[in-house]
Amino acid sequence: MKIEGKKRLWREYQKEIAEDHYYFARSCVRQQIFPGAEQICVKILQHDLGRDVFDDPGHTTCTGIGYHTDVVQLETIMTVVARQFSLMTNAGYENFAVSCITSFGIYTEILETWHHFPETEEKTREYLRKATGREFKIPVNLAHTSDIFYKFRHEIAQKSRYKLINHNTGEPLRVVEHIGCHYAKMFPHKGVGGAEYPYVLAGLAEALGGEIVDYPERRHCCGFGFRQYVVKANRGYSISASKIKLESMKPYKPDLIVTNCPGCTVFLDRWQYAISEMEGKTYGDNGQGIPVLTFEELTAVCLGYSPWEIGLQMHNVGPEPLLRKMGVPFDPSRKYLGAGGKNIGIPEKPKVLVVE
Amino acid sequence: MIEFGYSIQSNRQIDFDRNTRQVYKYIRRKEPSIDWCMSCGTCASGCTAGYASDFSLRRMILLARRGEEKEIRDGIFRCRLCGKCLNACPRGVNTRNIIYWMQQAVKNTQTL
Repeated sequence: MKIEGKKRLWREYQKEIAEDHYYFARSCVRQQIFPGAEQICVKILQHDLGRDVFDDPGHTTCTGIGYHTDVVQLETIMTVVARQFSLMTNAGYENFAVSCITSFGIYTEILETWHHFPETEEKTREYLRKATGREFKIPVNLAHTSDIFYKFRHEIAQKSRYKLINHNTGEPLRVVEHIGCHYAKMFPHKGVGGAEYPYVLAGLAEALGGEIVDYPERRHCCGFGFRQYVVKANRGYSISASKIKLESMKPYKPDLIVTNCPGCTVFLDRWQYAISEMEGKTYGDNGQGIPVLTFEELTAVCLGYSPWEIGLQMHNVGPEPLLRKMGVPFDPSRKYLGAGGKNIGIPEKPKVLVVE
Repeated sequence: MIEFGYSIQSNRQIDFDRNTRQVYKYIRRKEPSIDWCMSCGTCASGCTAGYASDFSLRRMILLARRGEEKEIRDGIFRCRLCGKCLNACPRGVNTRNIIYWMQQAVKNTQTL
């Protein structure tokens, strides 16, 4: 195939991502498990990339987890989403930037439903009017924050102080990119590269100097799947799915895993600890695990933010081996010091997984 | 080791380079109506052997399609070929014949 043809085909796999002025919709899960990631996302967009981001304290959860576990009805979630859009409309924004993959899937699904079944949109407008007296406009552009980082990846790479390159050997670091299922598996045309060639994280990691690892289970789900985890009896399914991925990537010796979904970040990270305690297996070098970072955390490390400021101490697998490979300086004594130097408490060491 | 209250399941992925589906291909040659089966399970719902044991023709056909032949060997002889499933099948699959040829297939692997 000629290069021109390839370029033309690839254009069909792209999505439109707004240039500036985003209404930022936070994630309910991420603020609890990796609070630094979301905070640093806003900071990078506003300060490093100089974009206008409206971080609205008035919006709520999208109720996606309730929806996927069958406790929130479709009409209810549509009305909640309509309220988020009305907040965006009132704030004078047209571009909706979503921090969570579950929420991104929810917003996409609802916009598609309204598009194909306009009567459901009318009904939702009526519910919102009755409940709150609000009106809303449909966003002109809907993007996940990883889309925005992907769009500005070359600008980020230019500004980055550290690259995904082994500080000692000069070799590119081996990066496993894991994209949340609800990013492009439900509505492929809403994601960069679609469901077949999702490129949103690979593009960012490559721009930062990393080498992408293509392993057999690359597109396998992390196993979160809401009711697989929410119902304790089903957690065996969740951990087994993550184990399939970890076993599959281990022979390729990845230096890190980068994700864009809250669930994937938690489970690829936390299940490494659980597997080590249940079966005595670890997946990194010297009994350590493979560090799992969100795309914002990875970008922030490259831009020179302190690893403890962005909350890398909240991960089960320690980030220190990765930081050393990248040549990022860090003070181990400040790992568990929060804002203002206050001690946030040192967690108990795992029995098998080696954590510094 | 810590007991978290759940366990890690073994990987149940099917490798079609390893699972050759010999039994399924053999039955197809002998009884082509196996292809009409849509795994509805009507055959299993009225099965006497299924009442007394965990036998299910629906499961057997599914296993044959997946090439999981060890499991077929462990279960297929629970059927006594009474043929009630033949009357139950909404697709007109010759179920008794399928079971017969499945039994023959696992009895005599040289014929596959």
